[in-house]
Amino acid sequence: MSMNNQGRPTGIQNSDSAVPETVTGNRGLQIEEPLIFEQDSAGRCGVDLPEAPAVASRLGAVKPRGRIGLPGLAEPQVVRHYTRLSQKNYAIDSGLYPLGSCTMKHNPRLNEKMARLPGFADVHPLQPESTVQGALELMAELGRWLATLTGMAAVTLAPAAGAHGEMCGIMAIRSAHDAKGDTGRTKILVPESAHGTNPATAAACGYAVEAIPATEDGRVDLEALKAKLGPDVAGLMLTNPNTCGLFERDIVTIAEAVHAAGAYFYCDGANFNAIVGRVRPADLGIDVMHINLHKTFSTPHGGGGPGSGPVVFSESLAPYVPVPYVVQDKDGAFRLVEQAGDGPAFGRMKAFHGQMGMFVRALAYMMSHGADGLRQVANDAVLNANYLLARLQDVMTPSFEGPCMHECLFDDHFLKGTGVTTLDIAKALIDEGFHPMTMYFPLVVHGALLIEPTETESKASLDQFVTALRALAERAKSGDVAYFQGAPRLTPRRRLDETAAARKPVLRWSPAVEEEKVAAE
Amino acid sequence: MRYLPLTEADRRSMLEAIGVSSVDELFRDVPEAARLSGPIEGLSNHMGELEVDRALSAMAGKNLPAGSVPSFLGAGAYRHHIPATVDHLVQRGEFLTAYTPYQPEVSQGTLQVLFEFQTQVSLLTGMDVANASMYDGATACAEAVMMANRVTRRKKAVLSGGLHPHYRDTTTTDARFIGFETVAMPPAPNGGEDLLAEVDGDTSCVVVQNPDVFGHVRDYTELGKACQAKGALLIVVVTEAVSLGLLTPPGEMGADIVAAEGQSLGNALNFGGPYVGLFAVKEKLVRQMPGRLCGQTLDADGRRGFVLTLSTREQHIRREKATSNICTNAGLCALAFSIHLSLLGEEGFARLARLNHAKAVQLADKLAAVKGVEIVNGSFFNEFTVKLPKPAAHVVEELARRGILAGVPASRLFGGGLDDLLIVAATETNTESDMDAFATALAEVL
Repeated sequence: MSMNNQGRPTGIQNSDSAVPETVTGNRGLQIEEPLIFEQDSAGRCGVDLPEAPAVASRLGAVKPRGRIGLPGLAEPQVVRHYTRLSQKNYAIDSGLYPLGSCTMKHNPRLNEKMARLPGFADVHPLQPESTVQGALELMAELGRWLATLTGMAAVTLAPAAGAHGEMCGIMAIRSAHDAKGDTGRTKILVPESAHGTNPATAAACGYAVEAIPATEDGRVDLEALKAKLGPDVAGLMLTNPNTCGLFERDIVTIAEAVHAAGAYFYCDGANFNAIVGRVRPADLGIDVMHINLHKTFSTPHGGGGPGSGPVVFSESLAPYVPVPYVVQDKDGAFRLVEQAGDGPAFGRMKAFHGQMGMFVRALAYMMSHGADGLRQVANDAVLNANYLLARLQDVMTPSFEGPCMHECLFDDHFLKGTGVTTLDIAKALIDEGFHPMTMYFPLVVHGALLIEPTETESKASLDQFVTALRALAERAKSGDVAYFQGAPRLTPRRRLDETAAARKPVLRWSPAVEEEKVAAE
Repeated sequence: MRYLPLTEADRRSMLEAIGVSSVDELFRDVPEAARLSGPIEGLSNHMGELEVDRALSAMAGKNLPAGSVPSFLGAGAYRHHIPATVDHLVQRGEFLTAYTPYQPEVSQGTLQVLFEFQTQVSLLTGMDVANASMYDGATACAEAVMMANRVTRRKKAVLSGGLHPHYRDTTTTDARFIGFETVAMPPAPNGGEDLLAEVDGDTSCVVVQNPDVFGHVRDYTELGKACQAKGALLIVVVTEAVSLGLLTPPGEMGADIVAAEGQSLGNALNFGGPYVGLFAVKEKLVRQMPGRLCGQTLDADGRRGFVLTLSTREQHIRREKATSNICTNAGLCALAFSIHLSLLGEEGFARLARLNHAKAVQLADKLAAVKGVEIVNGSFFNEFTVKLPKPAAHVVEELARRGILAGVPASRLFGGGLDDLLIVAATETNTESDMDAFATALAEVL
């Protein structure tokens, strides 16, 4: 018998490019994945635990619980489930993620490694202080970096995220007014362009929110602000650079006016990435500012958290910080102050001492860059945004004249009369392999498209994005509305019906819902 | 700098395309006096991986990892074994480095995880609906109280003395600044508080914890009925999620809102954070909930998919009229929780809970045999309180020097008082020899 020497075909036999309907519904690497509850097999388990030793129950009078309804899967099934789900996500690891105001930059893996050192990850928050000196030292060192970078007098690491930091800042402002017996201040001024969290925070703290209009050039209307300042104003909440991606040129004058009225100046530090290492907020007259470690200092967003929102305070607000905080004794030992007592400190704002895992990552990031590298971060972030602005301004409509800071803002005037919307452009970008920009925010321009590339994008990546966006703008102007309205077509799911989701909310799986569905079919 | 891809040549050509000669010109809107001419002083310059690793490892080396010694700390943070699979999957870049799923077509992974997480939390707590997570258990508790205030249009919360003091303080901080009243009952290590006596026509809710901070297991069914009769909501806090594998869930006791800490599943101790707040309610309260919610829907081709929904409750739409200012939550910690629970499944979760209880019973018996030690609890799950003949804080320091992390002095949690009480937890990670070492060392220092 002779050997079969034909071998497997190596050429391309058929160049038919149509996407086939498959039997499974899978499409190559895109695999349909049922809910974990639909993969249950009773008695199957993904862990091997010993059976509990026989003891007399000490549970007291409550009745032991019956079946919960959790699905049983073996470990390989669980691994496959979450791996397949992960493959339905876009991420900064996969490509450009230019969400304005979100600072989606590269997340270094060194930071992940450091946060998982047993000396940080496997330490209980209530261990005796003598056994956690390194953890307290790390918190003090992170605080020192943040205070130095901002030029501010005091830092709290307690808040769990940016909005929590805002709450902390407004509480400090309230405390300071209260300490002076100045209780007639019932308003917080917030520009129209602010993040939604700003008015939500001020209102949650019992303040009336007064909106400050923007000028034609995208900044706070100084005259309108001055007209609203008075003995009833507790403070101003301003984002700088603002959500239009612009530096508030009059910021020092604004700070002076706020202070002259006896109010405090809160800065939303969500956009600190634009100026880190180049400008110290203290030099602008700011009294209190939160910093999103998950933006400027690259702790991963994790699909929506966890974040961390340290707050820095000027000399005048420095006494009004929440507990706990770290102090260093004369002998060099670190100590936690956990009770507010009768002093000006207040709190607490959450359990334990803050988002330690995020502190480690942020400090690793800061040390990696150093003072020189952080300055370069701001330079490159601003350069990248201005480059996009320059390359797109003839086919799209910039809302304001540049230069911009770390993000560039366009409105939808370039789409006028085309029938194509900002949303359509975003969805078509998805088919081109990009995450869309922030849409319809800030609210001060029509159909906003807010683009923040960050400093960790290469020029080649920006050029590819520009090419795609320019082509889409041209295509929109050519009147190809159907193309846009059908987008995206190449994703695991196409446009989803959000109206139906809200009208009759289905917020969990349950056997009953499944039965209903079958009955309906 | 290894994280910055632009070359000098790139920068030059980009500046040219922009039409400026230097990057400094792009900062021209910054007031001149505030522009720094060089790197900020007082901070080190950039470092390689090796140097950063060395510096931070040195800091980490000054801490005593709980897993390196017999450790019995709980009080709201529990050391459990986390299967290797959990951390491996959590570190997939598609989960780790994605943003909040605002573009559902490219976020179905995160969204399906959230939908499954919401379902798991609903099942564990015995409630109808759960949200996509809060910062931690304590902030979830404070949000639950504020939600009860909205629902009942009343402004007074009654907080049990068995509530974890950090949860109590987080709630009272909000009360002070947001403007509502709290009645915090004194700590009741032996039980016997009369919460109902404090409930009147202004009371929006009663907040209890199960097991409570001293470890007692309680049945709140009657309290729930009494609250309902007086128009107040029952909020049940759970700080040890593993207990839900064995105890009657809050939903079956008549809880209106459950605020819990989910750290025990999938999440390391991390010196206190990040953790994951669980928040679950009865169906009729859904639209008053804080935080993100994921819901099921159909796509343009009629296929099942998931989206963030009911966002008209949230700050980015409602601004000053939002139900909460929360935006970022604890997405990745929720993922870790969900993966761990998926690995455990029905059988594994129940077994883990039984194992925890048995370990605690064994430990209680061993400690009770030490002269001068008295077990305070009549009932407990995996944590209980012991009364010592010496101040617990001193005993804990002494035992730490002997390489044993003995528990949490009640005086530390409560900021004074209760000096002789030590709160002790045991989990599946504690071996019999750990327990013997603890009992022996305790006998020596007493």
